[in-house]
Amino acid sequence: MKIDQKLISQLAKLSKLEFTKEELPKIEEDLTKMLAFVEKLNEVDTNNVEPLIYMTAGSQKPREDVAETRITQKEALKNGPQKDSDYFRVPKFLNKKD
Amino acid sequence: MNTFQAFKSDLNAGKTSCVETTTNFIDKIKSNAHLNAFLEIFETTALQQAALVDQKIKEGKGGKLAGMVIGIKDNICYINHKVSASSKILENFESLFSATAINRLLQEDAIIIGRLNCDEFAMGSSNENSAFGPVKNPLDTSKVPGGSSGGSAAAVAAGLCHAALGSDTGGSIRQPASFCGVVGLKPSYGRISRYGLIAYGSSLDQIGPLTNSVDDAALLLEVMGGPDGMDTTAFQEPIENLFPLQEGSSPKNIVFLGDAVNHPNTDPEIVSKTKGLAEKLETLGHHVSFKSFDLIDHLVPAYNVISNAEASSNLSRYDGVHYGYRSKDATDMETTYFKSRSEGFGWEVKRRIMLGSFVLSAGYYDAYFSKAQKVRRLIQDYTNKLFEDADFVIYPTTPNTAFEIGAKTDPIEMYLQDIFTVHANLAGNPCISLPLYRHSNGLPYGMQVMANHYKEKDLLNFSNFLIHTV
Repeated sequence: MKIDQKLISQLAKLSKLEFTKEELPKIEEDLTKMLAFVEKLNEVDTNNVEPLIYMTAGSQKPREDVAETRITQKEALKNGPQKDSDYFRVPKFLNKKD
Repeated sequence: MNTFQAFKSDLNAGKTSCVETTTNFIDKIKSNAHLNAFLEIFETTALQQAALVDQKIKEGKGGKLAGMVIGIKDNICYINHKVSASSKILENFESLFSATAINRLLQEDAIIIGRLNCDEFAMGSSNENSAFGPVKNPLDTSKVPGGSSGGSAAAVAAGLCHAALGSDTGGSIRQPASFCGVVGLKPSYGRISRYGLIAYGSSLDQIGPLTNSVDDAALLLEVMGGPDGMDTTAFQEPIENLFPLQEGSSPKNIVFLGDAVNHPNTDPEIVSKTKGLAEKLETLGHHVSFKSFDLIDHLVPAYNVISNAEASSNLSRYDGVHYGYRSKDATDMETTYFKSRSEGFGWEVKRRIMLGSFVLSAGYYDAYFSKAQKVRRLIQDYTNKLFEDADFVIYPTTPNTAFEIGAKTDPIEMYLQDIFTVHANLAGNPCISLPLYRHSNGLPYGMQVMANHYKEKDLLNFSNFLIHTV
């Protein structure tokens, strides 16, 4: 699998990341190495092998679904980068052309 | 040595108090600031708690950990204290709740002294990926302490606290323990609740202790382990009493993985010491065998795919809206996400998110992500098979001793530092690194002992025997 700038820009979009012009060759180089390394897995015969997904032995017991107040509105807002007394504030994004 | 057991006998003999000991540790942390192990000392709350615990001890009400001074990795939440995962994106974030592990420590009267530097979001093997600068190895400050729990290992080795908490996704407790010459325990997956641990790879992450003795590791696991209503992936069975540990050991079946011991990456001196250990255990009456491990070179590739996929999903929550860093150039929704994340995350985190997005994306999911999960199944099946006969599997924790800060620039070379540690995370087994040896270069290295799932009690008893025998 070859990593090229088109794939990088697609992955960056999926990852909500952007790379500067100077960073682009570096991320391409790193991802090329990382991908080549994990492609070693193709050597392993996994026919008729089920993927291993859940790691805890035994059945899981979810707790009772009881509503409780864990944090207040004030606490929830505490770490907001921008907020007022009631809301998180974000840059205006509605009245754009699109 | 700076163990809790030694402190307790001083405390019982009236030679010290919790306030005095905590004050001494705080002074020592300050005089060792050049190590960059602590990101913050919780001076006020630690001294308040110390005074409270002194009072409880006086009244005969002290808990199991009364006066144990513990540093916590900067990815474990402690209510009303900062936790940043050593990332700019969470700088100045204050937790609204405490991790279950922290609550259980406090219930037994431990004292939380501060938060410890680590690789950003626990991604790294050298602690060089912290947004707040690298940690130095206290045994040789030109060397890395290992990672990602590098601050935790350095703090314990330098005597800046009795014990520390780390997290281990692919070796992040055991590898730094090996490099700094301390005990590092990764319990079975699910043994300690992950509630309040900042998520990296959710099917791999485990909290665990770094200590100066096996006794202290056992005591800490006993307190922190067990089911938790806040984490459905936590193992449902209660944890046994682990402490005090047994002396000596009955004859055991011990497997050495030949393909790890003789791996071309392994330092020849470490190879010969490992073989020496096998011979020694045999002369002590244990049944020792060498087994192959055909998948040894597929461990890190499988780990990288799974951990990076889980990371790309877990780290999608950092969006610059509800908490964490927001870019000054955020002018609409897209730039709020893109610029905040791109300015907030460091390079290692970004490239792992990118690989994770790739292996999860349409068209590549089966070929990469499912494939890695299938290889993981084969690794776990093989490991389970080993434990049908074996009580313990032993191999070196690290293929080498601590390396120079700045020495490793190639990502793959760095990932291969985890070659022997990712096995336990992929298979879910408990595994401990014991500081058994010192290399002729003067630096320590650890030996790993792995046990079957949830067999921490046997593992710790045998570790206690090993550390007093070798």
